[in-house]
Amino acid sequence: MITLAHLLTLSAALFALAVAGIFLNRKNVLLLLMCIELLLLAANFNFIAFSRYLGQLDGQVFVFFVLTVAAAEAAIGLAIVVVLSRERHTIDVEQLNRLEG
Amino acid sequence: MLPLILFYCFAAVLLGAALGVITARNPVYCALWLVLCFVTSAAIWLLLEAEFLALVLVLVYVGAVMVLFLFVVMMLDLNLEQLRAGFTRYAWLGWLVAAVVVLEIVGVVFGRRFGLDTARAAAPLPASYSNTTALGTLLYTRYFYPFEIAAMLLLVAIVAAIALTLRHRQGLKVQDVARQVAVRAGERVHLVKMPAEPRK
Repeated sequence: MITLAHLLTLSAALFALAVAGIFLNRKNVLLLLMCIELLLLAANFNFIAFSRYLGQLDGQVFVFFVLTVAAAEAAIGLAIVVVLSRERHTIDVEQLNRLEG
Repeated sequence: MLPLILFYCFAAVLLGAALGVITARNPVYCALWLVLCFVTSAAIWLLLEAEFLALVLVLVYVGAVMVLFLFVVMMLDLNLEQLRAGFTRYAWLGWLVAAVVVLEIVGVVFGRRFGLDTARAAAPLPASYSNTTALGTLLYTRYFYPFEIAAMLLLVAIVAAIALTLRHRQGLKVQDVARQVAVRAGERVHLVKMPAEPRK
């Protein structure tokens, strides 16, 4: 049977890969957004695993809210990326320094 | 035994796809690998009998959010060489942080310090159990106000995304619907009185 340890290990590996991805693709805002989606997915795995193994549904309700907030975040983040690329013609994080004093 | 084999298959595909997301050269491929991640995650959630969330993940994430990502990736004119420059410069730091994260989580999960019995299987659910009904009952009773706030958050996201990306270009021949509706007959038709000219 699938035990809690299986799921927690999988979610830890997924989370670690996403964190490594943030370091690897630190210049591309789009890929940073995708890596954040992966991080949230790994967190959702933990919520669902504990909800199943503790026999309480509240964890799944939380996953529902996490999905909602992540969708809103992706929509606004992508809108900001579109505006940035329209104004600056680049989405390189290192060149987005106009607010620097 | 079959669920465990399926779990290992899906987990392997999931981790491979996640590796594809973070290392693929083209952002379009990254988005497609991410779609594969979400689909295999939904399959694993189905194995965990969280059917409603598995379907929501496929419908909302694969159907809406990833399509949005793909649209934006294809719409932007990206200079990939510039964005890929120095790809491996901080790679060692990334893998180091990833290893630290894994060690920390393994320490928590297998440390037996939190009274957590991680080696047991979940209690089987009764045959009449409906995940969607149970989740809906909880969502519309105890979590009703958070549910409403989530709906409001989505509305804010729509308004913000439209307001950010809307642009008025000068010199464009577009209809202004508000002015068209507000127009009155007196502003449209001018009756000009002219003296009739005699025929020569």
